[in-house]
Amino acid sequence: MSLRAKCAIAGLGATRMGRNFDHSNAIGFAIEAVELALADAGLKRSELDGLLVNPGVTWMTNPMASFDLQQAMGLRDLSLTATMNLGGATAGAMVMHAAQAIDAGMANMVACVFADAPLKPPRPESAKKGAGSAAAYGFARGLEGAYGLFGVSAQYAFVARRYMHKFGATNDHLGAIAVAERQWANLNPAAQFHDQPLTLADYHNSRWIAEPFHLLDCCLVSNGGLCVIVTSAERARGLRKPPVHILGMGQGHTGGDPIETLASGAPIAKRVAFKMAGVELSDIDLAEIYDCYTFTVMVTLEDYGFCNKGEGGPFVADGRIAPGGSLPVNTGGGQLSSFYMWGMTPVCEAVIQVRGEGGERQVKKHDVALVSGNGGILSTHSTLVLGADA
Amino acid sequence: MSEIAKPVPAVTPQMVPFFDAARQGELKVQRCTECGALRFPAREICAECLSRQHAWVRVSGRGEVLSFNIMHQAYHPAFAAEVPYAVVVVKLEEGPAIVSNLVGVKPDLIRCGMPVEVVFEKVNDQISLPKFRPRAAG
Ligand SMILES: [Zn+2]
Repeated sequence: MSLRAKCAIAGLGATRMGRNFDHSNAIGFAIEAVELALADAGLKRSELDGLLVNPGVTWMTNPMASFDLQQAMGLRDLSLTATMNLGGATAGAMVMHAAQAIDAGMANMVACVFADAPLKPPRPESAKKGAGSAAAYGFARGLEGAYGLFGVSAQYAFVARRYMHKFGATNDHLGAIAVAERQWANLNPAAQFHDQPLTLADYHNSRWIAEPFHLLDCCLVSNGGLCVIVTSAERARGLRKPPVHILGMGQGHTGGDPIETLASGAPIAKRVAFKMAGVELSDIDLAEIYDCYTFTVMVTLEDYGFCNKGEGGPFVADGRIAPGGSLPVNTGGGQLSSFYMWGMTPVCEAVIQVRGEGGERQVKKHDVALVSGNGGILSTHSTLVLGADA
Repeated sequence: MSEIAKPVPAVTPQMVPFFDAARQGELKVQRCTECGALRFPAREICAECLSRQHAWVRVSGRGEVLSFNIMHQAYHPAFAAEVPYAVVVVKLEEGPAIVSNLVGVKPDLIRCGMPVEVVFEKVNDQISLPKFRPRAAG
């Protein structure tokens, strides 16, 4: 009954990322991403019968985003659709939902899409937005705005500060993650920071956002769209690109207050996904770890067991996750240095690496890739184990 | 010169007992009358036992800094003159955690685990906000 390698990712579509205004809204980027994924797989639009959408921040105005997109690109007679949102864990969850539906005979060819367009072209009189919303992340902490608590970075900073207090991690450790991801980005022509090197000193010199987070602890802001097409492994073998098999998948959603737990749902999600895939940690060749902040990478690596709890700082400090290190992590530059498409950024890079299409940044051994997604400040989690061989 | 007002919390019907108490210099949280769990801010249903029954009870106002951040960006114009300022999460002795500010201590001297106690800052006739100040341990 296991879903191990029953399904595969057969198509990948990525638009230009970052400060580009190729489309005026998220739906435009979504359509382009789906078109690119169809071309990548050698499929016609009419062959899609499933559409799953994770709308970005600027696309949440309509709660039925997948219906938006179906109409916008003239998709007819779908047998599966949903608008999904588990924050940064959504991309993995969409792939899971697609694979389950395909295995159950409910759909054959499912596009999983993320798109957002938060960056606007410069205007003569820029109307700056006023107060941020502190209610976005589902933690009831009281009368936040009255105390000057605004935005997700400030909420995440509470968790990072407590972690650093408890385990002795430092900004040098966080900075090591920023530097490692930048080194990967310098090898990735599609990365927003491809042309800009970064030293630990640069990291420390970047302005504070919400201490303990510098600007360079925080992910990028990007316009763009990403799409992966999921189908049965059998069907994928007949398409243009080599199948990227979905070997294992799982979710873990902790609940509670992350300031007190200091942990993600990775252990729960990993248990399910690794069992399905039949892999151990030592089988993982590369890890694409959700990185809305540097800190998230540190905690997630621990929670998967790459090191002991609390030792994530020293673990990343010596270049272990950078190009040439023993554990390649976020090999495209991650969301810190390539582009921020929520959980689709790690999914996209894993597909590229497993296919061996990474160019200058391609890791030598790429049989098994781990993909993590994380949302709601360490509260939702998805795990994918992807591999070239069935 | 005109001053931009800071956001004032909405006095929702659920939170009326909290603000009534705050005006009297008392810190109150909700207590589930079924299982005894304490919670803040107000919720209609207990997350522990799902009971709809609750009362407002006074707590000591003592706790410690669970965590804090230092805000360097002015997300709201009323805070522009104060950056960098700290926002803290205080873990009350009785259990609930509450977002607030510390008074009488510079941001760079705040530490996790610092013992604090509540003080009230009057915003207007209706609203007083609980804030916290350092206290001797014990
Ligand atoms: Zn209860």
